[in-house]
Amino acid sequence: MSSYRLTHLKHLEAEAIYVLREVAAQFQKPVLLFSGGKDSIVMTRLAQKAFHPAKLPFPLLHVDTGHNFPETIEYRDALVDKMGATLIVAHVQDSIDQGRVVEESGVNASRNGLQTTTLLDALELHKFDAALGGARRDEEKARAKERFFSHRNEFGQWDPKNQRPELWNIFNGHKGFGEHFRVFPLSNWTEMDVWQYIALENLDIPSIYFTHEREVILRNGSLLANCPYISVQSNETVMRRMIRFRTVGDMTCTGAIESTANSLEDIISEVAAARMTERGTRADDKRSETAMEDRKKQGYF
Amino acid sequence: MSENDSKSYLDMDLLRFTTAGSVDDGKSTLIGRLLYDSKSIFEDQLEAIELSSRKRGEEITNLALLTDGLRAEREQGITIDVAYRYFATPKRKFIIADTPGHIQYTRNMVTGASTADLAIILIDARKGVIEQTCRHSFIASLLQIQHVVVCINKMDLVDYSESTFNDIVAQYKDFASRLDIPHIDFVPISALNGDNVVDKSPRMPWYLGGPLLYILENVYINHNYNHIDARFPVQWVVRPQSKDYHDYRGYSGRVCGGVFRKGDEVVVLPSGFSTRIKSVHTFDGEIPEAFAPMSVSMTLEDEIDISRGMMIAKPNNKPKAEQDLEAMICWFSDSQPLQLRNKYTMLHTTNEVKCMVQEVRYKVDINTLHKIEDDKKIALNDIGRIKIRASAPVLFDTYRRNRLTGSFILVDDLSHNTVAAGMII
Repeated sequence: MSSYRLTHLKHLEAEAIYVLREVAAQFQKPVLLFSGGKDSIVMTRLAQKAFHPAKLPFPLLHVDTGHNFPETIEYRDALVDKMGATLIVAHVQDSIDQGRVVEESGVNASRNGLQTTTLLDALELHKFDAALGGARRDEEKARAKERFFSHRNEFGQWDPKNQRPELWNIFNGHKGFGEHFRVFPLSNWTEMDVWQYIALENLDIPSIYFTHEREVILRNGSLLANCPYISVQSNETVMRRMIRFRTVGDMTCTGAIESTANSLEDIISEVAAARMTERGTRADDKRSETAMEDRKKQGYF
Repeated sequence: MSENDSKSYLDMDLLRFTTAGSVDDGKSTLIGRLLYDSKSIFEDQLEAIELSSRKRGEEITNLALLTDGLRAEREQGITIDVAYRYFATPKRKFIIADTPGHIQYTRNMVTGASTADLAIILIDARKGVIEQTCRHSFIASLLQIQHVVVCINKMDLVDYSESTFNDIVAQYKDFASRLDIPHIDFVPISALNGDNVVDKSPRMPWYLGGPLLYILENVYINHNYNHIDARFPVQWVVRPQSKDYHDYRGYSGRVCGGVFRKGDEVVVLPSGFSTRIKSVHTFDGEIPEAFAPMSVSMTLEDEIDISRGMMIAKPNNKPKAEQDLEAMICWFSDSQPLQLRNKYTMLHTTNEVKCMVQEVRYKVDINTLHKIEDDKKIALNDIGRIKIRASAPVLFDTYRRNRLTGSFILVDDLSHNTVAAGMII
């Protein structure tokens, strides 16, 4: 007789696949937000599993700030090709050119905040009514209170004090005209779970997650990659270091860590021993105590 | 992490537990301690809350700031919502649904309890069993949490007294005899000093049980899944329409009970057609059997018209199919109380039906467990028993028998909000 026992990773996988199928069933036109980061890589694998042997019943959407790591874009295009998926790219540059947003100025200028407008415009243009994201509750304190099915009003905004309760495995995707949902199948995963799953499934990931030598500068305690989108200040020096990235975002706000990890096993050991959260390297979260909540209310990922 | 550890990580269990508590009972301190001692609090998180504590003029680092993430919560020093926390030991991964315990947050407690395998109930050793202990225990019992760990906290303030502990245990047992909780453990702790939280306390040698974390790591988990009555609500029909899978028609879903194997005779409800299972598979290939809570796909021997909301079961063990249901409900809407004969949409497994509440049998005073029969108005946070009529037969088991096929939510058709959660009797 079997023990009818699942390991915690299989539990999380079953839960995420269930949520992905609910989205396909409950919404008219869902889309999967894809950044090329490890969480969205796990998401695409889970989506593949959820609808096998059919293809994904929704396209992927990448909000491109124009400040990406080139390695991420290469990876993205190869993956889309391999899966036979449909990819839509929304460019922040277009939002700037159309005067929808104004580029930030100053030393720490970033296009991170501008993505919100580009994202909401893309959702509206394509009439997407559910956007699947790879955000996890363990990432950040405002995200700890996020639902699997997160309701957004017709302005794309999140109201954290008026969220729908979620019980058992019943998800309420009912909504009014013009409203949409953000859905987070990885809600219960931790950074460690994501890495273990990538190892278990033997998934390819962009090379910048592994150690490499790169020019970096130290700013506000974060190591930032030297690139054309950052202006090096007179008191800053460009150094060459062996580094890797724990998250993949904009080059302007994603901090690196010094590391020699060059395999998934190395990364897992490093994550296990880490004393800083992965978002500890993100300059975009350091803007204020409630930076994430404030951006989420406006419609950020 | 050695290679050994990294392999054992792939073989870990998952335990979901809920904690309910109010401002002063040390709940945040206890969670803070579990996270801190299991090394799940990171340096940058600790620095951030140390900084905020200082900004607020507090002398000691306020671990509650770890769980209170929203601006309003930080400003008012309260917890509004269910917050989910994660930590792992080499044995298990834990998900904590951390809910505020005040009566006005009953709906949050119910939400947190709905997915929990275990509940931690905190009692202040100086106060003993109080109203809120009753409330939390009743909710755990109502939601059929199989295991409750009663932590008698602040033992340091009663000189680690064995007789105080024993008195409270007796008080609690007396009260819990009216509830439906199969397993109850009692642990004397001091969350502040860490006594019996992670390590066994030398200050209470009279306590022969294990510390709290030991219990959490070793308690038997069945996740409340029913492995007897085969239930497979169809969630999604897979029709690839591709060259390789020209005639493929698969039924995807999450097993809600029992076991499904290739060759099993099954019946599709409500249509009642029977056939056999041709294959049970996932993306990774065919599997010998599927059980709750696995997400799988099945193919069947015969072509039968099957769509989302239908249920696959066994001919000799079918769920009930009825239009009139009796249920306990908890009301969630702060703007509209329950209205008799108003139409709501019932979401149950993967099915949706219209329904109408025909009668409120009684309301429960959740502090005393008394039935209130003269006031039948059900509003926010109220719990009561109702009679409900659905527009089509609902395929269900009682909630006691199966949490997944015995539960539903009610959605208001105008606001689209979830207004109630129900457990079928």
